[in-house]
Amino acid sequence: MNSNLQFDFIVDKETKTVNVKREFNAGLALVWDAWTKPELLDQWWAPKPYQNKTKSMDFREGGTWLYCMISPENEIHWCKNDYLKIENHKSYSGLDAFCDENGVINEAMPRTMWTNIFTEKNDITLVNITAKYNSLADLEMVINMGFKEGFTMGLNQLDVLLSSIK
Amino acid sequence: MRRDIFQAIADPTRRAIIVLIALQAMTPNAIAEHFDTSRQAISKHLRILTECELVKQEQQGREIFYSLEIDKMKEIDQWLEQFKKIWESKFNQLDNLLSTIKKQKK
Repeated sequence: MNSNLQFDFIVDKETKTVNVKREFNAGLALVWDAWTKPELLDQWWAPKPYQNKTKSMDFREGGTWLYCMISPENEIHWCKNDYLKIENHKSYSGLDAFCDENGVINEAMPRTMWTNIFTEKNDITLVNITAKYNSLADLEMVINMGFKEGFTMGLNQLDVLLSSIK
Repeated sequence: MRRDIFQAIADPTRRAIIVLIALQAMTPNAIAEHFDTSRQAISKHLRILTECELVKQEQQGREIFYSLEIDKMKEIDQWLEQFKKIWESKFNQLDNLLSTIKKQKK
């Protein structure tokens, strides 16, 4: 990552929202495509070492993106995103969910409301992401779901971080 | 029943208790004075916080003082840090993808 690019990560425990602001070194149209076109989403959406695979994408208000994340051990987690409001090249919001391959929602898992706002300045695009959770425990559950394996590396770095702030 | 820090901080009264005893160890009576709820209700919150290992008790004479387990609070930050790491990883992948596409277009 270019260290000049902004990356803010703010967790508000009171309002149970996570706000992430991240700049990308590309024009708005391209960044927008990367967030809304399945052939591009599949190339970055799943955190390593997971692989992302789209089953169907209907990017319009009321439409759904149905996809899965595949672990190196071939464990498959199905997810979907129901799009609520879309303003082309400006913003979109939606509700995510864990589900099965037919998009039937797993009610035991929490859903998250996402709002992503895109703005461009000097060929750098800022994406402002807000995730709203019903509870902090929900957020914990989302993290635990399927992502554990990928974290060993991150946790090692975290150990260093934690020891530095002690 | 599951007892962990996330349950502990899920309740606003317990969050307020955490803030109070973060500054100094306090007796249940002293804590209860800061709230409109009954002493029993505060005791129940303290029991949950203790079961979550977020507070520790210390006997001083006839009084029990409650104080915060700072290391346990760090677990919350640790867990949020994991969440941040997911996004970092994804964004780095997107950075690479964007620069690849830009090169192809040139």
